[in-house]
Amino acid sequence: MVTPAHFIALSVILFVIGAVGVLVRRNAIVVFMSVELMLNAANLAFVAFSRMHGGLDGQVIAFFVMVVAAAEVVVGLAILTAIFRSRRSASVDDANLMKY
Amino acid sequence: MNHAIVLAGSAAETTRLVGFWILAIVAVAAGLGMVLARKAVHCAVLLAVVMLCLAVLYLMLGAPFLALVQVIVYTGAVLMLFLFVLMIVGISAADSVIETIRGQRLWATLGGVAMLVLLSLVIGHAVIGPAAPSSAKFGDANVTTLARLIFTRYLYPFEITSALLITAALGAMVLAHRERLKPKPTQRDLAAQRVASGRPTPLPGPGTYAQHNAVDMPALLPDGTQSELSVSQVISGRGPSVPAPLPGGPGAPATNGDSQAGDQ
Repeated sequence: MVTPAHFIALSVILFVIGAVGVLVRRNAIVVFMSVELMLNAANLAFVAFSRMHGGLDGQVIAFFVMVVAAAEVVVGLAILTAIFRSRRSASVDDANLMKY
Repeated sequence: MNHAIVLAGSAAETTRLVGFWILAIVAVAAGLGMVLARKAVHCAVLLAVVMLCLAVLYLMLGAPFLALVQVIVYTGAVLMLFLFVLMIVGISAADSVIETIRGQRLWATLGGVAMLVLLSLVIGHAVIGPAAPSSAKFGDANVTTLARLIFTRYLYPFEITSALLITAALGAMVLAHRERLKPKPTQRDLAAQRVASGRPTPLPGPGTYAQHNAVDMPALLPDGTQSELSVSQVISGRGPSVPAPLPGGPGAPATNGDSQAGDQ
């Protein structure tokens, strides 16, 4: 029997994988992809809780999360192309001009 | 009769359970692969696998609308945007293995494990009840109920979302915009440039007079030599692709004359 707890556990695992990806990877695009994975995991938890409570509010929130994620990706990738154009690199380590 | 219904119900439950486990294992494996893959394109493809698995899981959870939105918006739009930017930003750039912060990978992994333990303890202690009795809200009436919620209780967030999307689109246009520094060359300028360059004709086509009809084969000039200009710089930049001269050709050494005679 598949209970909402199964889905919550899966969402936790995916969230942790995404978090480790954000910390480990250097390529800024892959970092963005990891953030997307974390957002997706949160969405899965929302939908699972919505199923558990029998209301659709969780699904509405997941829908809004998707909209915000789409906006975030658009702006983030635009920033990335702007940085790449001026510095010829997509690595998060190379964008350290304001470090010191 | 009743017994058969119970059996059918348990069979459906087993199918759901097996489906869940297959999807969960595929999603976790693809997620791990996304973190571990060196090339960014592989990461994007593996992320697409995770998102499609999640779409099917949404279907299992009674959210058909979100499943479709997941496929259309995430797998269709967001991932295509990722791939688009990857093609601009350099597809060949693999991640560097050198750590700039010493022990970063180790500590990140340890932190991930600690986070997993923490979250597992949290959801282990929380009371996550069984699914609510299934109703039409999680089936045929899903879209209409969602629409009623979005346009009544969540109307203001929904309207503010449109402002967010417009702002994001404007921001992306401003950030990705490149100001033209020089005036656009007219056709007359281009023609003058071409005449001044010393080669008013187009470059020779590749492989036109060669044995193979391929773009990486240089064309043969009338005197038998090969024309380097006929191969695109992109192709010749990948390595030495200029082949040996044609056997028996006008510019080739005459050692292969016998084989050519045999061919005929």
